[in-house]
Amino acid sequence: MENLLWVFVSAVLVNNFVLTYFLGLCPFLGVSNSLETSARLGLATTFVMLVTAVCAWILNTYVLIHAPYLRLICFIVVIASTVQFIEMLIKKLSPALFRAMGIFLPLITTNCAILGLAIFATNRGYGFWEGIVYALGAGIGFTLALVLLAGLREEAELSSIPKLIQGTAMNLIIAGILSMAFMGFAGLFSST
Amino acid sequence: MKKNESYEEFIKGVWRDNPVFAQVLGMCPMLAVTNSAINAVAMGMATFFVLVGSSFLVSSFRNWIPKQVRISCFIIIIATFVTIADYTLLALVPKVHKELGAFIPLIVANCLILGRQEAFASRYPTRLAVMDALGMAAGFLLALFSLGAVREILGDGALFGVKLFSENFEPWVIMILPPGGFLTLGVILLFFNWIKFKKDEFLEDVAEAERSGN
Repeated sequence: MENLLWVFVSAVLVNNFVLTYFLGLCPFLGVSNSLETSARLGLATTFVMLVTAVCAWILNTYVLIHAPYLRLICFIVVIASTVQFIEMLIKKLSPALFRAMGIFLPLITTNCAILGLAIFATNRGYGFWEGIVYALGAGIGFTLALVLLAGLREEAELSSIPKLIQGTAMNLIIAGILSMAFMGFAGLFSST
Repeated sequence: MKKNESYEEFIKGVWRDNPVFAQVLGMCPMLAVTNSAINAVAMGMATFFVLVGSSFLVSSFRNWIPKQVRISCFIIIIATFVTIADYTLLALVPKVHKELGAFIPLIVANCLILGRQEAFASRYPTRLAVMDALGMAAGFLLALFSLGAVREILGDGALFGVKLFSENFEPWVIMILPPGGFLTLGVILLFFNWIKFKKDEFLEDVAEAERSGN
């Protein structure tokens, strides 16, 4: 139980996917211009991560032990089809939610955080429950980073900033400072 | 004429439309592996191979790939090349492979590669597609190298593992840690913005001078 808790805390704070592993930077820099869309994208991504973790575990346990070199191709195909499947499912079950998520659903396929999650979980040899908890933590960590940056950017919109700095350069520097703040959480681990 | 056209596609990727500095694509591997120049170059070479190989294949098969499933086809082609690159690096330079770790398989999700297949390789003849891929890959390699070199020099006082400064140099450890990646790239982009800003200003001045001259 304690082990699961550590996996979770580590994925959310200490080894935050965006701010320490640099995964999922494209949506992080691309869509973080409003709080609402970032929160929604974060939720959708967390959901896909959970499904991917389960699929990756099944694949690893039953299929890929016989053919490890097919790992990458299998994962990417599974992720692409999962996203497609979830898209159809949501469209059928709740059209309102489908409209709210819009273009972000298909875009999740090219989010490297999802593939990264599957690969990291495999490399560390996580079991079924650890994998799920790890996926949940990674998803929440991703959402947290996205919402934080979106909040800061919304504030920055209102203040007067030299034209030269505006845009990606400023977002990267903000992200750097956020990442520095998250480094503080690294102490959580060494204290145990 | 023909040679000129290919050259144009090549130089476009290296400088004017540099994938990292001008288009801000392929950021994830860009920041994650540039904590030393050698890692950055290894990553750049792997991406180079994958991009050129898949551009060649996609452009050769462009008339056979059905439109509806093209993205899946591209992804599978890219994943094949990445698997080859992964195992090649493991065989040739196991130490670098270990440091890059999960980021080699992650080349698959590099939006730069898929973007080039979708925007260029699937529409143009093989020769142009390969030139475009060469240019983009060289631009990416250049960007990776410059970021890796800056971070290694500041963060470790060394380049390719060779110490550059005397004992008195206090390394900025922050530069090789994750925040350093964001900050360095931010500052480099700022520099590029500044050049563009100055150039626009200069062009405006020239136009102004021409108008008043007439």
